[in-house]
Amino acid sequence: MVQVMLSEATQKKIAKLKDRYPEKKTAILPAMHVVFKEVGYYNQNILKQIADLLELSQMEVSETVSFYTYFPREGVGKYHIQVCTNLSCSLLGAEELVKYLEYKLKIKAGQTTTDGLFTISTVECLGSCGTAPVMQINQTYYENLTKAKVDQILEDLKKGK
Amino acid sequence: MEKILFKYIDVPDQYEIDTYIKNGGYRALPKALKEYSPNDLIEMVKKSGLRGRGGAGFPAGLKWGFVPKDSPNPKFLLCNADEGEPGTFKDRWLIEKDPHQLIEGIIISSYAIGAHRAFIYIRGEFAFGAERLKNAISEAYQKGYLGRNILGSGFDLDLEVYRGGGAYICGEETSLMESIEGNRGNPRLKPPFPASVGLYKNPTVINNVETLSNVPHIVLNGALWYAKIGMPKSTGTKIFSLSGHVNRPGNYELPMGTPLRELIYDHGGGIKDERELKAVIPGGVSTPVLTSQLVNVKMDFESLFEAGSLLGSGAVIVMDETTCMVKVAYRLSRFYEHESCGKCVPCREGTRWIRMIMARIENGKGREEDIDLLLDICTNIAGKTVCPMGDAAVVPIMSTIQKFREEYEYHIKNKKCMVDLGTRFV
Ligand SMILES: Cc1cc2nc3c(=O)[nH]c(=O)nc-3n(C[C@H](O)[C@H](O)[C@H](O)COP(=O)(O)O)c2cc1C
Ligand code: FES
Repeated sequence: MVQVMLSEATQKKIAKLKDRYPEKKTAILPAMHVVFKEVGYYNQNILKQIADLLELSQMEVSETVSFYTYFPREGVGKYHIQVCTNLSCSLLGAEELVKYLEYKLKIKAGQTTTDGLFTISTVECLGSCGTAPVMQINQTYYENLTKAKVDQILEDLKKGK
Repeated sequence: MEKILFKYIDVPDQYEIDTYIKNGGYRALPKALKEYSPNDLIEMVKKSGLRGRGGAGFPAGLKWGFVPKDSPNPKFLLCNADEGEPGTFKDRWLIEKDPHQLIEGIIISSYAIGAHRAFIYIRGEFAFGAERLKNAISEAYQKGYLGRNILGSGFDLDLEVYRGGGAYICGEETSLMESIEGNRGNPRLKPPFPASVGLYKNPTVINNVETLSNVPHIVLNGALWYAKIGMPKSTGTKIFSLSGHVNRPGNYELPMGTPLRELIYDHGGGIKDERELKAVIPGGVSTPVLTSQLVNVKMDFESLFEAGSLLGSGAVIVMDETTCMVKVAYRLSRFYEHESCGKCVPCREGTRWIRMIMARIENGKGREEDIDLLLDICTNIAGKTVCPMGDAAVVPIMSTIQKFREEYEYHIKNKKCMVDLGTRFV
């Protein structure tokens, strides 16, 4: 497990959430969004810090967080490619899109490239079915995808754009 | 027909408060606060016939009326922006393109039910929408539309965005409340209903984004004006999210009762690549599939119910002749297995079994008795769970077997699909 120390700014933001709501536990998801933005993933070590800041037990935080699939765990690549494979996207080639990404990045869905740059995941409907096929990389949506667009997106990310 | 919710959808900076105001926004709010009592507003919304746009179609005014007036507890208004029903992408547009319309609706609705605190629960993936809403909310605070003593009326309201974490079930109203309380999103048994025991055990009203966005227009133009639009029992307009094999997918705001044919062919530009229409899911994947014979059905709560389906969230998924309905059902079985929260045994175990059996049929290992086995599992899930998710999970399976049984039989016998989607990603 990577030992990550949350930055002071993040710690402050989380501590401020503690008294914001009628119940402290309400602050768990908002705290996770803050952490997600800074670190990009979580592990038990991070949950412990959140728990301490919110004055909750680590177990309480872990119990809640483990329900929510939006937050990736430790080990996810720098760019988390989440391809929607639900119905509307599948009707317009989402399965082929996944295969194309697997071919380009030389990994299978669910895996991370050895340089730690990319993870491919398949996800459920992203609420963007009118612009299918769709994928989300970290917080950004990419819509109406074609092979040429995917090439460009990967190229830009590799260059750190 | 003139659009109501989408009237300014193409104005690029409609999301900014000044543009919203220039286009007639925040005029319903002072009217509501100065000319009407909370009770007047509840009666007005009842008279308008406005029904919930989140899926169930429950009359909004009636729901508001269930909030106990004499309760000493604080009351809450929750806006459901979880938008998880596959095929649905309308709330995202309303949020990103016209957030103040929603916020104005939330303020008026909170006043009507006596809530001083409101949340917009938005699905985690909508990071952009959440940001847009946060900015819009702070603009509204600056102008005095939110906070203490709104427009000198004495009414106070605090509103904030609460981001979810990627769970479909959290769109179900009681799971949503559990989620805000910081718990796993497992639904609660009803009754008690949220109107009496909701968020933090306080009286709570929960409404969909589209439902609440309608409220300012009803206040401005009157209940009777609204009731005259659409159908007698399904009043107003509806935003249809059109996707799948159509030439012009997108969101279309049309009067309730617009024929499906008109939506697909006139607005959606017809079927892609000049193929034949095969089937349509009219209200999100939890609503029964319609065959192409029913393309003249009217799109409203009653007409779709009579046609053997439901209006649901208004997500219309169009499938052409190359679509294998077994594959469709298999894909959706994976969705429901993944999203089952695990609380009720029939849903948790049943959705897993359905997926396994669907997988073996899809992969050419199906057995003749599998079709009846699937139906048997379905009838043992439906109606036996705490929330309607169990009922929803069996819909794609039961309705595709009912209407396309020969494709299942073909699949089992020939170990492959009857039709092939071909290459779609280029
Ligand atoms: C499994 C499940 C998922 C749901 N997801 C949503 C959703 O994403 N958005 C929504 O508005 N309603 C959703 N609903 C319906 C809500 O429970 C609730 O009926 C609705 O928010 C009420 O608002 P309305 O009366 O304005 O439609 C869902 C229901 C179920 C059973
Ligand atoms: S099905 Fe892919 S975004 Fe909805």
